[in-house]
Amino acid sequence: MSAAGSPGRLRRLAETGREPLSFHFDGVRLHALAGDTVLTGVLLSAGHLRKAEFGPERRAGFCLMGACQDCWIWQEDGPRLRACSTPLREGMRLLSGSPHYWPDPRS
Amino acid sequence: MSRVLIVGAGPAGMRAAETLARAGLVPIVVDEGARAGGQIYRRPPDGFIRPPKALYGAEAKKAAALHRMFEEMLRAGLITYHPQSSVLGFSGNTAQITGPEGMTAIGFDRLILATGAMDRLAPVPGWQHAGVYSLGAAQIALKAQGVALGRRIVLAGSGPLLTLVAHQLRKAGANVAAVLDTAPLSAQAVGGLRMAMARPLVTARGLAMRAGLGRLYHAGVRLDRIEAGDDGPCAMHWRDARNRSHVTPCDAVALGWHLQAETALTDLAGVAFDWSGTWAQWLPRADAEGRASGGVYLAGDGMGILGADGAEVAGRLAASACLADLGYAIPLRNRGRDMRRLARMRRFAGGVARAFPWPAEMIRNLPDSTVICRCEGITAGELGDTLPLAGAEANRVKSLGRIGMGRCQGRYCQRAGAELIAALAGIAPAQAGRLRAQPPVRPAPISLLCSETDNG
Repeated sequence: MSAAGSPGRLRRLAETGREPLSFHFDGVRLHALAGDTVLTGVLLSAGHLRKAEFGPERRAGFCLMGACQDCWIWQEDGPRLRACSTPLREGMRLLSGSPHYWPDPRS
Repeated sequence: MSRVLIVGAGPAGMRAAETLARAGLVPIVVDEGARAGGQIYRRPPDGFIRPPKALYGAEAKKAAALHRMFEEMLRAGLITYHPQSSVLGFSGNTAQITGPEGMTAIGFDRLILATGAMDRLAPVPGWQHAGVYSLGAAQIALKAQGVALGRRIVLAGSGPLLTLVAHQLRKAGANVAAVLDTAPLSAQAVGGLRMAMARPLVTARGLAMRAGLGRLYHAGVRLDRIEAGDDGPCAMHWRDARNRSHVTPCDAVALGWHLQAETALTDLAGVAFDWSGTWAQWLPRADAEGRASGGVYLAGDGMGILGADGAEVAGRLAASACLADLGYAIPLRNRGRDMRRLARMRRFAGGVARAFPWPAEMIRNLPDSTVICRCEGITAGELGDTLPLAGAEANRVKSLGRIGMGRCQGRYCQRAGAELIAALAGIAPAQAGRLRAQPPVRPAPISLLCSETDNG
């Protein structure tokens, strides 16, 4: 479970009594709690959401209120998601980069 | 019955909806949040258990009253409510909206824009890295998700939110490494006095929170750079008021210089703008009640940064102005009281602006390698390179250099961009012009735009 000692960027301070759920990020199964956003769920276990398209750095969201559009990430199937405003759902399969069927603008 | 569309369900939008409903109208409320409240009174998802006092502190009663009022209106069917929905733009008196039902079009006779505000950002070298956030983000993470954005957080910038977020994070058990305020104490003393004269209690509360930060808080600092590696920030490099250099280790940084009005829809609705020297930003033109041009009314921080209490008052006033213009008889007694309260909020806000100024000098001295457009990694040097061809005008600099063209649509770079254009051209920031808003004001899949249905 993602607790204070989790390897991710975020640290949980409260509201730990919710139902657990699991999802996949870049093929790795991760755990979070019902009510977490996609951004929260991923960043409790990982350091970033995606790679920047226009620079070498990684990105992990910025405004968390749907204004900056920094936190859009891919799913293995289906449309991209704005991670800060999308509730995490059981079984989601998320990706930090574009899926195989999508051309990579950097290659 | 007249159709009134309200965009935004923060304190301004909620009070506007209440005022219209009391007059017998059924307003349509479109809001991006999953639950009404806006940013300041944002509610966590179902299943979260912290009480209002833990979430909203001294404002808990106001927050709870607003939430309750809105829920009661919803239950009674007094409003039509579209949560998790974004207005993308307008076509005449029709709003294009995306939401859980896909794309919809809603027609209206009058429009009340209560679109709120966001952090006003200034670039700091290194701010493009994962783990650098806005101050508002740090507060939202705590309030709506119960998480801290890192294990050792540096908060930097200026404005009331800086102290408030630091206080809230520490109270919740987060490790705040430093609170770095670019506002010098001299400015804070002058502005603070005006704040205290307008709203003594609120000012005293802020001062008490500040005092509680003790030695973590530093005024009059200069931010040099955010040192970062592959894993994000590892230290903030800064200088204190006596120009001594400091390096504060951290794994997260939250930045913000007070707030800026969210005005993209206001622009698309055809409202004029004026430069506000006080706020160092373009603000929409409206009368004291929020009446703008062409059947558009403005309320709350989207009109000018007056805060949550001012937003409640402004929401009532804008809705009353709308009702009066539609020919409804409205009680004038409350209007006089609300106008006086709003004037007091304006005096307070003027003090805040004076106390916590926009860091123009810091921006003008940024190294050329500093990323200005965080979306597309465009640097100060690259912005400067466009000037010989583009001239000193923000929209042309955007066309040639893409500053303001990225996915945030210039929300987080246009103020700094204008400051740099002004510095390079030797003009005032206002003379660099204002970026025109472009629809859609939020990203939408092309498939959705193609599938537009009309139920308006």
